[in-house]
Amino acid sequence: MTEYEEPPDVHWVDEHAGPVVRPYAVTRGRARPVTGKFDLVSQVSTARTVASQDVGLGPEHLAIIALCRRRLSVAEVAAHLDLPLGAVRVLLGDLLERQLVRVVEPRPTPVLTDDSIFEQVINGLRTL
Amino acid sequence: MDYEPSDSADRTGASGELMPTAVKILIAGGFGVGKTTLVGAVSETRPLRTEEVLTEEGVSVDDLSGIETKTTTTVAMDFGRISITDDLVLYLFGTPGQDRFWFVWDELALGALGAVVLADTRRLADCFPSVDYFEKHGTPFIVAVNCFEGARQYQLDEVTQALSLDPGVPVMLCDARRRESGKEVLIAVLEHAMRTHRRVSATTAG
Repeated sequence: MTEYEEPPDVHWVDEHAGPVVRPYAVTRGRARPVTGKFDLVSQVSTARTVASQDVGLGPEHLAIIALCRRRLSVAEVAAHLDLPLGAVRVLLGDLLERQLVRVVEPRPTPVLTDDSIFEQVINGLRTL
Repeated sequence: MDYEPSDSADRTGASGELMPTAVKILIAGGFGVGKTTLVGAVSETRPLRTEEVLTEEGVSVDDLSGIETKTTTTVAMDFGRISITDDLVLYLFGTPGQDRFWFVWDELALGALGAVVLADTRRLADCFPSVDYFEKHGTPFIVAVNCFEGARQYQLDEVTQALSLDPGVPVMLCDARRRESGKEVLIAVLEHAMRTHRRVSATTAG
Protein backbone atom coordinates (compact mmCIF):
# COMPACT_ATOMS: atom_id res chain seq x y z
CA MET A 1 0.00 0.00 0.00
CA THR A 2 1.21 3.51 -0.74
CA GLU A 3 -0.81 5.49 1.76
CA TYR A 4 2.07 6.94 3.73
CA GLU A 5 3.95 9.19 1.38
CA GLU A 6 4.61 12.15 3.67
CA PRO A 7 7.72 12.16 5.84
CA PRO A 8 7.00 10.60 9.24
CA ASP A 9 7.30 13.88 11.18
CA VAL A 10 4.17 15.18 9.41
CA HIS A 11 2.13 12.49 11.11
CA TRP A 12 3.21 13.13 14.67
CA VAL A 13 -0.49 13.09 15.56
CA ASP A 14 -2.25 10.10 14.05
CA GLU A 15 -5.93 9.83 13.18
CA HIS A 16 -6.76 8.15 16.48
CA ALA A 17 -5.82 11.31 18.33
CA GLY A 18 -8.83 13.06 16.78
CA PRO A 19 -8.76 16.43 15.07
CA VAL A 20 -6.11 18.89 16.21
CA VAL A 21 -8.48 21.76 15.48
CA ARG A 22 -12.10 21.25 16.47
CA PRO A 23 -14.47 21.27 13.48
CA TYR A 24 -16.50 24.18 14.85
CA ALA A 25 -13.30 26.25 15.06
CA VAL A 26 -12.82 25.75 11.33
CA THR A 27 -16.30 27.09 10.73
CA ARG A 28 -15.92 29.78 13.40
CA GLY A 29 -18.73 28.29 15.40
CA ARG A 30 -21.28 28.13 12.60
CA ALA A 31 -23.37 25.01 12.26
CA ARG A 32 -25.22 25.87 9.03
CA PRO A 33 -24.01 27.15 5.68
CA VAL A 34 -25.02 30.71 4.70
CA THR A 35 -26.38 29.37 1.45
CA GLY A 36 -26.81 26.08 -0.41
CA LYS A 37 -28.02 22.62 0.56
CA PHE A 38 -25.08 20.40 -0.33
CA ASP A 39 -26.28 16.86 -0.69
CA LEU A 40 -23.62 14.21 -0.09
CA VAL A 41 -23.28 13.69 -3.83
CA SER A 42 -23.72 17.29 -4.97
CA GLN A 43 -20.94 17.98 -7.43
CA VAL A 44 -18.63 20.84 -6.55
CA SER A 45 -16.21 22.48 -8.97
CA THR A 46 -14.06 25.55 -8.63
CA ALA A 47 -15.63 28.44 -10.55
CA ARG A 48 -12.83 31.02 -10.48
CA THR A 49 -9.49 31.72 -8.92
CA VAL A 50 -9.18 33.54 -5.63
CA ALA A 51 -8.71 37.29 -6.11
CA SER A 52 -7.38 39.97 -3.78
CA GLN A 53 -10.88 41.07 -2.82
CA ASP A 54 -11.67 37.61 -1.45
CA VAL A 55 -10.81 38.38 2.15
CA GLY A 56 -11.75 36.24 5.10
CA LEU A 57 -10.99 32.86 3.60
CA GLY A 58 -9.26 30.31 5.78
CA PRO A 59 -6.82 27.60 4.75
CA GLU A 60 -9.67 25.08 4.51
CA HIS A 61 -11.52 27.32 2.05
CA LEU A 62 -8.41 27.53 -0.09
CA ALA A 63 -7.90 23.79 0.17
CA ILE A 64 -11.41 23.21 -1.22
CA ILE A 65 -10.79 25.60 -4.10
CA ALA A 66 -7.58 23.77 -4.96
CA LEU A 67 -9.22 20.36 -4.58
CA CYS A 68 -12.28 21.10 -6.70
CA ARG A 69 -10.45 22.02 -9.87
CA ARG A 70 -11.53 18.48 -10.56
CA ARG A 71 -15.26 18.08 -9.97
CA LEU A 72 -15.89 16.24 -6.68
CA SER A 73 -18.84 15.34 -4.51
CA VAL A 74 -19.40 16.99 -1.13
CA ALA A 75 -18.60 13.65 0.51
CA GLU A 76 -15.29 13.42 -1.33
CA VAL A 77 -14.34 16.96 -0.33
CA ALA A 78 -15.04 16.09 3.31
CA ALA A 79 -13.02 12.87 3.07
CA HIS A 80 -10.02 14.54 1.44
CA LEU A 81 -10.01 17.41 3.95
CA ASP A 82 -10.63 15.01 6.83
CA LEU A 83 -13.37 17.25 8.17
CA PRO A 84 -16.93 16.31 9.21
CA LEU A 85 -19.59 16.84 6.57
CA GLY A 86 -21.30 19.56 8.56
CA ALA A 87 -18.16 21.68 8.69
CA VAL A 88 -17.51 21.17 4.98
CA ARG A 89 -21.04 22.31 4.15
CA VAL A 90 -20.47 25.55 6.05
CA LEU A 91 -17.20 26.16 4.20
CA LEU A 92 -18.85 25.37 0.86
CA GLY A 93 -21.63 27.82 1.69
CA ASP A 94 -19.04 30.57 2.10
CA LEU A 95 -17.48 29.70 -1.23
CA LEU A 96 -20.81 29.46 -3.04
CA GLU A 97 -21.85 32.85 -1.70
CA ARG A 98 -18.69 34.34 -3.19
CA GLN A 99 -19.26 32.40 -6.41
CA LEU A 100 -15.91 30.72 -6.00
CA VAL A 101 -17.45 27.30 -6.55
CA ARG A 102 -20.20 25.94 -8.73
CA VAL A 103 -22.51 23.32 -7.25
CA VAL A 104 -24.77 20.93 -9.12
CA GLU A 105 -27.35 19.28 -6.88
CA PRO A 106 -28.43 15.75 -7.79
CA ARG A 107 -31.98 15.21 -8.90
CA PRO A 108 -33.97 14.20 -5.83
CA THR A 109 -35.38 10.99 -7.28
CA PRO A 110 -35.56 9.54 -10.76
CA VAL A 111 -38.28 11.26 -12.71
CA LEU A 112 -41.34 9.04 -12.82
CA THR A 113 -41.62 8.83 -16.58
CA ASP A 114 -37.92 8.41 -17.15
CA ASP A 115 -35.99 5.31 -16.14
CA SER A 116 -33.07 5.81 -18.52
CA ILE A 117 -30.80 6.55 -15.59
CA PHE A 118 -31.05 2.91 -14.46
CA GLU A 119 -30.15 1.63 -17.91
CA GLN A 120 -27.26 4.06 -18.22
CA VAL A 121 -25.73 2.90 -14.95
CA ILE A 122 -26.37 -0.81 -15.67
CA ASN A 123 -24.79 -0.55 -19.11
CA GLY A 124 -21.89 1.41 -17.67
CA LEU A 125 -21.25 -1.21 -15.02
CA ARG A 126 -21.37 -4.03 -17.57
CA THR A 127 -18.65 -2.44 -19.67
CA LEU A 128 -16.33 -1.75 -16.73
CA MET B 1 -19.92 33.52 -12.95
CA ASP B 2 -18.43 30.92 -15.27
CA TYR B 3 -14.73 31.51 -15.74
CA GLU B 4 -13.86 27.92 -16.26
CA PRO B 5 -13.75 26.70 -19.86
CA SER B 6 -15.04 23.36 -18.72
CA ASP B 7 -17.86 21.20 -19.95
CA SER B 8 -19.40 21.30 -16.50
CA ALA B 9 -21.22 24.53 -17.31
CA ASP B 10 -23.25 22.66 -19.91
CA ARG B 11 -24.90 20.62 -17.23
CA THR B 12 -27.30 23.38 -16.36
CA GLY B 13 -29.50 23.76 -19.39
CA ALA B 14 -31.08 26.97 -20.61
CA SER B 15 -34.21 26.08 -18.69
CA GLY B 16 -32.16 25.69 -15.53
CA GLU B 17 -32.91 21.99 -15.50
CA LEU B 18 -30.15 19.93 -14.02
CA MET B 19 -28.74 16.96 -15.82
CA PRO B 20 -28.18 13.89 -13.71
CA THR B 21 -24.54 13.91 -12.71
CA ALA B 22 -24.31 11.83 -9.59
CA VAL B 23 -26.31 8.88 -8.35
CA LYS B 24 -25.87 6.64 -5.35
CA ILE B 25 -26.49 3.13 -4.13
CA LEU B 26 -26.43 2.29 -0.45
CA ILE B 27 -24.61 -0.72 0.94
CA ALA B 28 -26.20 -1.55 4.27
CA GLY B 29 -25.84 -4.37 6.76
CA GLY B 30 -24.46 -5.23 10.15
CA PHE B 31 -21.04 -4.45 11.54
CA GLY B 32 -18.26 -6.48 9.94
CA VAL B 33 -20.43 -7.97 7.20
CA GLY B 34 -18.16 -6.67 4.45
CA LYS B 35 -19.75 -3.37 3.38
CA THR B 36 -16.46 -1.55 2.99
CA THR B 37 -14.93 -4.61 1.33
CA LEU B 38 -17.69 -4.58 -1.28
CA VAL B 39 -17.37 -0.83 -1.80
CA GLY B 40 -13.62 -1.20 -2.23
CA ALA B 41 -13.89 -4.17 -4.60
CA VAL B 42 -15.93 -2.29 -7.19
CA SER B 43 -14.80 1.30 -6.72
CA GLU B 44 -12.15 2.96 -8.84
CA THR B 45 -10.24 4.14 -5.79
CA ARG B 46 -9.83 2.73 -2.31
CA PRO B 47 -12.82 3.55 -0.10
CA LEU B 48 -12.90 7.06 1.34
CA ARG B 49 -14.22 7.81 4.78
CA THR B 50 -16.37 10.72 5.79
CA GLU B 51 -17.88 11.58 9.12
CA GLU B 52 -21.11 13.15 10.20
CA VAL B 53 -21.14 14.67 13.65
CA LEU B 54 -24.39 14.69 15.55
CA THR B 55 -24.51 17.54 18.03
CA GLU B 56 -26.64 17.46 21.13
CA GLU B 57 -29.65 19.13 19.51
CA GLY B 58 -30.53 15.91 17.69
CA VAL B 59 -29.60 13.44 20.37
CA SER B 60 -32.63 11.71 21.69
CA VAL B 61 -31.74 8.07 21.30
CA ASP B 62 -28.45 8.17 23.12
CA ASP B 63 -28.39 8.24 26.88
CA LEU B 64 -26.23 11.20 27.73
CA SER B 65 -26.97 11.40 31.43
CA GLY B 66 -23.83 12.04 33.43
CA ILE B 67 -21.93 13.12 30.36
CA GLU B 68 -21.12 16.72 29.57
CA THR B 69 -23.76 18.46 27.51
CA LYS B 70 -21.51 19.14 24.53
CA THR B 71 -21.13 15.46 23.76
CA THR B 72 -21.37 14.57 20.11
CA THR B 73 -21.86 11.32 18.28
CA THR B 74 -19.75 10.70 15.24
CA VAL B 75 -20.85 8.34 12.50
CA ALA B 76 -18.31 7.26 9.94
CA MET B 77 -19.36 6.26 6.43
CA ASP B 78 -17.10 4.58 3.93
CA PHE B 79 -17.84 5.27 0.32
CA GLY B 80 -16.44 4.82 -3.14
CA ARG B 81 -17.03 6.10 -6.64
CA ILE B 82 -17.39 4.57 -10.07
CA SER B 83 -17.25 6.92 -13.05
CA ILE B 84 -19.85 5.56 -15.46
CA THR B 85 -19.30 8.26 -18.07
CA ASP B 86 -17.75 11.71 -17.98
CA ASP B 87 -21.15 13.04 -16.97
CA LEU B 88 -22.34 10.32 -14.65
CA VAL B 89 -20.76 9.17 -11.42
CA LEU B 90 -22.08 6.37 -9.24
CA TYR B 91 -21.34 6.62 -5.53
CA LEU B 92 -21.55 3.67 -3.18
CA PHE B 93 -22.15 4.46 0.45
CA GLY B 94 -21.57 1.93 3.18
CA THR B 95 -24.20 2.84 5.74
CA PRO B 96 -23.71 2.28 9.45
CA GLY B 97 -25.73 -0.74 10.44
CA GLN B 98 -27.30 0.34 13.71
CA ASP B 99 -30.74 1.88 13.59
CA ARG B 100 -29.78 4.58 16.07
CA PHE B 101 -27.99 6.22 13.17
CA TRP B 102 -31.30 6.97 11.50
CA PHE B 103 -30.34 10.61 10.98
CA VAL B 104 -27.61 9.56 8.57
CA TRP B 105 -29.84 7.04 6.88
CA ASP B 106 -32.45 9.63 6.03
CA GLU B 107 -29.89 11.72 4.23
CA LEU B 108 -28.32 8.73 2.53
CA ALA B 109 -31.59 7.23 1.37
CA LEU B 110 -32.81 10.49 -0.15
CA GLY B 111 -32.52 10.11 -3.89
CA ALA B 112 -30.72 6.77 -3.72
CA LEU B 113 -31.38 4.55 -6.73
CA GLY B 114 -31.48 1.50 -4.50
CA ALA B 115 -29.87 -0.34 -1.63
CA VAL B 116 -28.02 -3.57 -1.04
CA VAL B 117 -28.49 -5.25 2.32
CA LEU B 118 -25.36 -7.31 2.81
CA ALA B 119 -26.02 -10.36 4.99
CA ASP B 120 -23.92 -12.81 6.94
CA THR B 121 -25.92 -16.00 7.47
CA ARG B 122 -24.29 -16.46 10.90
CA ARG B 123 -25.79 -13.16 12.03
CA LEU B 124 -28.89 -12.66 9.94
CA ALA B 125 -30.58 -10.62 12.65
CA ASP B 126 -28.07 -7.83 11.97
CA CYS B 127 -29.98 -7.18 8.73
CA PHE B 128 -33.28 -6.41 10.41
CA PRO B 129 -32.75 -2.66 10.97
CA SER B 130 -31.70 -2.17 7.34
CA VAL B 131 -34.54 -4.28 5.91
CA ASP B 132 -37.06 -2.50 8.13
CA TYR B 133 -35.79 0.89 7.14
CA PHE B 134 -35.85 0.31 3.39
CA GLU B 135 -39.26 -1.37 3.51
CA LYS B 136 -40.68 1.53 5.50
CA HIS B 137 -39.18 4.19 3.22
CA GLY B 138 -39.92 2.46 -0.06
CA THR B 139 -36.27 2.26 -1.10
CA PRO B 140 -35.87 -0.62 -3.58
CA PHE B 141 -33.42 -3.11 -2.10
CA ILE B 142 -31.98 -6.56 -2.57
CA VAL B 143 -30.32 -8.87 -0.07
CA ALA B 144 -26.84 -10.11 -0.97
CA VAL B 145 -25.54 -12.93 1.18
CA ASN B 146 -21.80 -12.55 1.60
CA CYS B 147 -20.33 -16.05 1.48
CA PHE B 148 -17.98 -16.30 4.40
CA GLU B 149 -15.82 -19.37 4.54
CA GLY B 150 -16.96 -21.76 7.23
CA ALA B 151 -20.48 -20.41 7.33
CA ARG B 152 -23.19 -22.91 6.57
CA GLN B 153 -24.62 -22.37 3.11
CA TYR B 154 -28.28 -21.50 3.38
CA GLN B 155 -30.81 -21.85 0.64
CA LEU B 156 -31.78 -18.43 -0.61
CA ASP B 157 -35.45 -19.03 0.21
CA GLU B 158 -34.41 -19.77 3.78
CA VAL B 159 -32.95 -16.27 3.94
CA THR B 160 -36.15 -14.84 2.49
CA GLN B 161 -38.12 -16.62 5.18
CA ALA B 162 -35.79 -15.76 8.03
CA LEU B 163 -35.91 -12.07 7.13
CA SER B 164 -39.67 -12.16 6.35
CA LEU B 165 -38.93 -10.57 3.01
CA ASP B 166 -41.53 -9.76 0.44
CA PRO B 167 -41.19 -12.54 -2.19
CA GLY B 168 -40.41 -9.85 -4.76
CA VAL B 169 -37.19 -8.86 -3.01
CA PRO B 170 -34.26 -10.53 -4.81
CA VAL B 171 -31.85 -12.52 -2.66
CA MET B 172 -28.50 -13.54 -4.09
CA LEU B 173 -25.13 -14.90 -3.07
CA CYS B 174 -21.98 -12.83 -3.43
CA ASP B 175 -18.34 -12.63 -2.55
CA ALA B 176 -17.77 -9.06 -1.38
CA ARG B 177 -14.04 -9.33 -2.06
CA ARG B 178 -14.49 -10.01 -5.76
CA ARG B 179 -15.01 -7.15 -8.20
CA GLU B 180 -17.06 -9.19 -10.67
CA SER B 181 -19.31 -10.41 -7.88
CA GLY B 182 -19.75 -6.85 -6.60
CA LYS B 183 -20.68 -5.66 -10.07
CA GLU B 184 -23.31 -8.40 -10.34
CA VAL B 185 -24.79 -7.25 -7.04
CA LEU B 186 -24.97 -3.65 -8.21
CA ILE B 187 -26.53 -4.63 -11.53
CA ALA B 188 -29.07 -6.79 -9.68
CA VAL B 189 -30.17 -3.97 -7.40
CA LEU B 190 -30.42 -1.55 -10.34
CA GLU B 191 -32.52 -4.00 -12.36
CA HIS B 192 -34.78 -4.53 -9.36
CA ALA B 193 -35.03 -0.78 -8.78
CA MET B 194 -35.86 -0.21 -12.44
CA ARG B 195 -38.66 -2.80 -12.33
CA THR B 196 -40.02 -1.21 -9.16
CA HIS B 197 -39.77 2.23 -10.73
CA ARG B 198 -41.66 1.10 -13.85
CA ARG B 199 -44.37 -0.51 -11.76
CA VAL B 200 -44.82 2.65 -9.68
CA SER B 201 -44.80 4.81 -12.82
CA ALA B 202 -47.45 2.64 -14.46
CA THR B 203 -49.64 2.77 -11.36
CA THR B 204 -49.27 6.51 -11.02
CA ALA B 205 -49.91 7.17 -14.70
CA GLY B 206 -52.98 4.93 -14.73
